[in-house]
Amino acid sequence: MSAPAFNNKIIKWIDERIPLFTVLDHSTSSYPTPKNLNYWWNFGSLALFALVIMIMTGIVLAMNYTGHTSMAFDSVERIMRDVNYGWLLRYLHMNGASFFFICVYVHIFRGLYYGSYKAPREILWWLGLLIYLAMMATAFMGYVLPWGQMSFWGATVITNLFSAVPVVGNFIVTWLWGGFAVDNPTLNRFFSLHYLLPFVIFALVFLHLVALHTSKSGNPSGIEIKGPQDTIMFHPYYTIKDLYGVGVFLLVFMGFVFFAPNFFGEPDNYIPANPMVTPPHIVPEWYYLPFYAILRAIPDKLGGVIAMFGAILVLFALPWLDSSKVRSGRFRPVFKWFFWLFLADCFVLGWIGGKPAEGNYIPIGQAATFWYFFHLLVVLPLLGRLEKPLALPASISASVLKEKA
Amino acid sequence: MLRSVITSAALALALGASPALASGGAHLDKQSWSWDGVFGSYDKAQLKRGYQVFHDVCSNCHGLKLVAYRNLKEIGLSEEEAKAVAAERETKDGPNDEGEMFNRPGKLSDRYISPFANDQAARVANNGALPPDLSLMTKARVGGPDYVYSLLMGFADAPEGFKLGDGMNYNKVFPGNQIAMAPQISDDLVTYADGTKASADQLTKDVVSFLNWAAEPELEARKSMGLKTMIFLLVLTALFYALKRKIWKDVH
Repeated sequence: MSAPAFNNKIIKWIDERIPLFTVLDHSTSSYPTPKNLNYWWNFGSLALFALVIMIMTGIVLAMNYTGHTSMAFDSVERIMRDVNYGWLLRYLHMNGASFFFICVYVHIFRGLYYGSYKAPREILWWLGLLIYLAMMATAFMGYVLPWGQMSFWGATVITNLFSAVPVVGNFIVTWLWGGFAVDNPTLNRFFSLHYLLPFVIFALVFLHLVALHTSKSGNPSGIEIKGPQDTIMFHPYYTIKDLYGVGVFLLVFMGFVFFAPNFFGEPDNYIPANPMVTPPHIVPEWYYLPFYAILRAIPDKLGGVIAMFGAILVLFALPWLDSSKVRSGRFRPVFKWFFWLFLADCFVLGWIGGKPAEGNYIPIGQAATFWYFFHLLVVLPLLGRLEKPLALPASISASVLKEKA
Repeated sequence: MLRSVITSAALALALGASPALASGGAHLDKQSWSWDGVFGSYDKAQLKRGYQVFHDVCSNCHGLKLVAYRNLKEIGLSEEEAKAVAAERETKDGPNDEGEMFNRPGKLSDRYISPFANDQAARVANNGALPPDLSLMTKARVGGPDYVYSLLMGFADAPEGFKLGDGMNYNKVFPGNQIAMAPQISDDLVTYADGTKASADQLTKDVVSFLNWAAEPELEARKSMGLKTMIFLLVLTALFYALKRKIWKDVH
């Protein structure tokens, strides 16, 4: 990578000693990006934007929060009532978690449709999955901090999953809890880890971007960049497009923060945690519901836990499970339908996850779980061999011209 | 672009609605509240009336420990009135210079002093049942203020064949239909200082409004800041969009 010529003497002086400006230039101003990215490509930068909001609001919230079982609930309410703009900080953080997940889910399904996980982007995909796993852990521990009823019972149910591990299960659970029940040591370590993990996520995001800038962005046509006629500079083209996306994102996000701040929450979490009273219906936050459905679809505890973790782990093998040479779903007439079916299946799982495990919900949940794995383990490997893809355009540039015509 | 907005909104609704609906229960009597909607705000006179009901009736058994006496000035009580309310109950303080703990009347800076010293004392006085603290009641139940309204108005004679426990009361919306609290609301339960006719419906609406203020005192500040924020964001986003079209003109 050749260093760009800087006119400013100070910038030049610094850059010769540490190439900050060269790196910045290569990764933004002169980073060649396919010219045909659609708005589904906005959600990566939106997710990063959400992460920054989470860290910024979280740091200030932590200044006012007390991580003790007898004070945590009231300290959150003190933030809501007595800290200047505390209600704003907390509602931004609370809803920010949901919107971070919305962005990441759209980002993941965009990747699934356009085959963004295929060579040479397997490690980029893995890093994304690691970010997702770290997000799940962070959000779970964050939900425990207000020490409401759902915080306490959610923590009890989820940590108890590890007791399904043969032989050492109970030891693991005691080790996670720091005692023999979810109690003050649990709350303290969750607070500590909840503060730590976002920075781990940040580091993973950095690696995700390094991998992205090495393999270059994919694009809706799924064919590689062949020359300068296929690309435009990231800046100003995609900086302004991403900023426009941020504007639309903020309109929706702030709509919830200011006018329906508890939409994504559970009323039960405004009741202080009480180990003596179990809520009639323990549900996790919405973004875990599909996995909660998979967990409960298997009538065996250990089997359920394996299926739940397996549902995420199997995605690591996706670059090899999908046998098609064609990346983009746009040129795969049969895959397209299976993609939408898979998306609908995930929505069904999410719906079932929020319902009690009784009556018809059980067989529906089991069928949806079966289809989740069947799609990934059977449909995708076979489809690449059986399906006849459409003719690919000659280049990105050609595909853009064809769209225009 | 519109597509992405609709998609994200639909996603939010579809995913978010499921957990909320999951815990739903009996049919609630939906009311229209002054603070509903984007432009909604509290009716100060109503909050003050509601406080009168809370003070005269509810607060004999229920606490409101997240609200401080000084906060009562926000709903129209004068400094003297708020001080007088605070001084009605005693709280433990100390130690003093002799090293003794002592009781003193409440001050403006205190949080609302609960009627019972602890949960056990509350249970003993209430036939074994614990009257919950009401600070967050309208946020802590599915249906919020509509639930609290329906519960207060939902007392009735138990249908034939319904086995009511000892000292329990039949209620249409309470989970399990048995509640330890006796019906409280009746016409002219209190005499309003502002002359409003104290019908059962009026009393209930007023006290629920007060409780909603107690749970969400930030609501008015939130909605007014929200409106300004949305207008600002609309302009900003429109500018971004115009700029995007201008910059991309030579690409398309």
